[in-house]
Amino acid sequence: MRDKLLQLLIISVGILIIVKLFSLQVINSSSDLINNNASVQKIYEFPERGYIYDRNNKLIVSNDFSYDILVVPADVNLEDSILISKDFNIDTSVFNKKLLEAKNFSNVKASILINNISKEEYAPIQEKLWKHSGFFVQKKSKRTYNALTAANLLGYISEVNKSEIEKNSYYEIGEVIGRQGLEKTYEDKLRGVKGVRFFQKDKFNRIIGSYKNGDYDTLPKPSKDLTLTIDLDLQQYGDSLMQNKRGSIVAIEPKTGDILALINSPSYDLSSLMDKNRSINYKKLENDSIGKPLFERGLQGQYAPGSTFKIINALIGLQEKVITEETMHKCEGGHFYSKNAFMRCHTKETTLSDLNNAIYTSCNTYFAKTYKGIIENYENSSAGLDKWNDYVKSFGFGNYLGYDHPTGQPGFIPSSQYYNNWYKNSWKAVTTISNSIGQGEILTTPIQLANFAATIANRGWYIIPHFVKEIENDSINNNYKKKNTSLVDSKHFEPIINGMIDVIDVGTATNSKISDIKIAGKTGTAENFIRINGKRKQLTDHSIFIGFAPADDPKIAICVFIENGYWGSRWAAPISSLIIEKYLKKEVNRKWLENYILEGDLTKEYLKPYLTNNFSINE
Amino acid sequence: MSSLKVKNYDLTSLIIVISLIIIGLINIYSVSYSDLNSIENFFNKQLLFVLFSFSICSLLILLNINFYFKYASIIYISLILLLILLLFVGKEVNGAKSWFNLLGFSFQPSELMKPVTALAIAKYLSNVHSDIKNYKIQFYSFIIILVPIVLILLQPDPGTALIFFSFYLVLHIVGLPSIYLNIFMFISILFIATIIIGVKIILMIIGIIFSIMFLYSVYKKTKKSKIIYITVFAVLNILISSFIYENLFEQRHRDRINVVLGLEKDLTGIGYNANQSKLAFNSGGLFGQGFLKGTQTKGDFIPEQHSDYIFATIGEEWGFFGSLFVISLFIILLMRMTERTIKQTSLFYKIFSFSVITIIFFHFAINITMVIGLFPTVGIPLPYISYGGSSLLSFMILFTGYLKIDSQKKSKW
Repeated sequence: MRDKLLQLLIISVGILIIVKLFSLQVINSSSDLINNNASVQKIYEFPERGYIYDRNNKLIVSNDFSYDILVVPADVNLEDSILISKDFNIDTSVFNKKLLEAKNFSNVKASILINNISKEEYAPIQEKLWKHSGFFVQKKSKRTYNALTAANLLGYISEVNKSEIEKNSYYEIGEVIGRQGLEKTYEDKLRGVKGVRFFQKDKFNRIIGSYKNGDYDTLPKPSKDLTLTIDLDLQQYGDSLMQNKRGSIVAIEPKTGDILALINSPSYDLSSLMDKNRSINYKKLENDSIGKPLFERGLQGQYAPGSTFKIINALIGLQEKVITEETMHKCEGGHFYSKNAFMRCHTKETTLSDLNNAIYTSCNTYFAKTYKGIIENYENSSAGLDKWNDYVKSFGFGNYLGYDHPTGQPGFIPSSQYYNNWYKNSWKAVTTISNSIGQGEILTTPIQLANFAATIANRGWYIIPHFVKEIENDSINNNYKKKNTSLVDSKHFEPIINGMIDVIDVGTATNSKISDIKIAGKTGTAENFIRINGKRKQLTDHSIFIGFAPADDPKIAICVFIENGYWGSRWAAPISSLIIEKYLKKEVNRKWLENYILEGDLTKEYLKPYLTNNFSINE
Repeated sequence: MSSLKVKNYDLTSLIIVISLIIIGLINIYSVSYSDLNSIENFFNKQLLFVLFSFSICSLLILLNINFYFKYASIIYISLILLLILLLFVGKEVNGAKSWFNLLGFSFQPSELMKPVTALAIAKYLSNVHSDIKNYKIQFYSFIIILVPIVLILLQPDPGTALIFFSFYLVLHIVGLPSIYLNIFMFISILFIATIIIGVKIILMIIGIIFSIMFLYSVYKKTKKSKIIYITVFAVLNILISSFIYENLFEQRHRDRINVVLGLEKDLTGIGYNANQSKLAFNSGGLFGQGFLKGTQTKGDFIPEQHSDYIFATIGEEWGFFGSLFVISLFIILLMRMTERTIKQTSLFYKIFSFSVITIIFFHFAINITMVIGLFPTVGIPLPYISYGGSSLLSFMILFTGYLKIDSQKKSKW
């Protein structure tokens, strides 16, 4: 029995070994081991990152090259160090120091000796490089910006971090990734796919030939250029109008959903995030808590839409048959929505308004009554409000729109559940009456408002706004071709649009009239608050305008939002009209208006809350 | 002088051993090929060792077995003294004082200790008064094995010391009570479990098992003392294992164990050897890269690839079929030797032959499993194939001893 034990052991160990060998040598193919193999050197070939053009094929973003000189200390002939440093145009002592550092890292692996040499500096070095063993060059690509605009929109690239490498096995240390904006959204297209070649090395790290005849090598896949929907001229014109103001301009081509311009102010220079001081520069931008240049107001800013929201209530009112074009409401200088609660209205006490008049005079009372009618059209307030909520959301409010940019905010459109939680189920239409005039709980982003303007321009439908028009040898997302229809029938839009035309002609924004272009629009003025040292303080109202033109064949829809600009007609409406004029006529004739805007400076207004404790607003 | 009748000898085994030596020479040549200097060093030297070992063994085989039996104790004690002397005057190679330097040649007495210990234990236990069931006899047998182990550990050369545990297997085969093997297995399993799952968890598991068994014995009204003894032993064992692992082992030992157990993955640092060697096998595939064509071998990535890691070269250049062939040769050799040894009637012959087999087996098993990453890195050569004069001589002497004894079985001694 015990004699057999030894034989049993021999046989089992033999089987164990053979099974393991079989799995090592036969089952396990080389591909997963190749990456950890010290005897195999991978050399990558990176396709050049894709260019970015505007809708008229003007180049916005391209690449420039810089060079790193790398050294393998073991192969360097040290007797030549004076000559080498002369040829490489660096100080001998610096050279020796760097070489020692490299040696401390590894004698046989390559380390960077000089980095970021420009093309011009590299040319003379290149001629002498061959003379010295142990050195080689690595070409690096970096982004260059041909237009100083749309920083947050374009985004930037930087080296991958540890968590990105863990998440995506494609990336390795030192490679770059699109970090923000379109560079991030379209990373896969702009990047292409790097090619790889494997070389066999010996233990002294010398390459002794290609690995397995190049069976595992892959060719790089070229990157793809992007053509944006952005009109660079319009974008830059918008930048100039926005100087010394804070806010955003969003312009959309209604028929296609193309975003023609997305202007954020204040902005910054993207190339500052490309050079050696990028981390310092980034920190500066990040720490600017007052100007917030990294905050893309057009996409991330959630504001009360103010009077621009009256339009949507009018549309819903028509659809729900709560009002007709002819419905008249008397404005009593405001609206009592409950005992001791009075919403003031700036129209005269005795005015009797129809719908058209109510729009161009922006009568609070009229829309309060309309809203009340919508909510009370159903068996209870909850059902009414939820119906209203469905309508509003069908215009793209209250959720992420789905555009091709990684930042954004959903905004907020209250539902019955929200008020049930808040008021413990005892609320009525009048409790939520500020929804009628775009104040209260409602929050929208400028791009949602611009999309709303585009929806009105299209008489009831919109295409999700997007930034990329074409991708080289590829197609854009089908979502950016599909029509989304609102719950309001298209026939209800005409009377509203007529009212909006009158806003410019005879209403709240007559200063923004262009003689030969018919603009439809709506001004808005939104109350806003800030918390200073724990105290809630009201600031000067935001100036808002939404609109589109030409009114009967819309080519551009727009939302302009100026923080603390007061009346919608003071800043937002004129800026909109200038953008519209610029886009439709390519030049601006109303120089007086242009100069007024260019010289307009709100800096003092922005500094108010930081300078004094008691400041007056809405001056 | 005994007679030399060729037909009495186990020629098949001899042919296998010679084949293994030739395989060794071929692969040592291949390893040295990339560097002309090392051809001089390794291949030529190994050739010299082979010739030297063959001459020595030809002399040894001519001597009568009685000679060995008679002088076993003296040879054993002389070699023990040599090992002691080594600790003072030994040449230090890779941090261990394992080598003597004599007239330009260096040799490793611990290698010769293997056949000599086999001889000593065989002689001691084959004495008619030596009943292995007797505690005193067991004690002295352990001493014979433990003295060289301790001396070799002091060099320190844990790999070679490990091989001496093969004698316990021999003792077990010839009738050592099972309790020793059981305790050994119990300790080993607890040791490995402690490393893998940690002291706290293993103690909890032991606690649960103990409680269940204790409750069961209360219920059945059986004796509880045995359960308590085993549990106390297990707990002590775990605590000591943990202490040894954490405090007595050096970091490199822990790293090597962790790499095999999969607790650590560092392919460029501590796991470098094991990984490079695995890559060599992988690179070999089914049919191998061919003689002198192994890229891992050519790149000279595997440390000690001429000696302890020679099997990696075989795997890369000759592929799965090549390594299968070598493994098969070893298994056939070991099985055949065991088969023939079982039939031995003389206890002295039996113990010595089993010692030979288990020593070769331990080397084979530990070396190959180490090279393919199933066992922590320890410096143990592959019998007959790895480069090295002392180990080759030792294995040749062991095999000669087996051959001599095997040829004797028909004549009653």
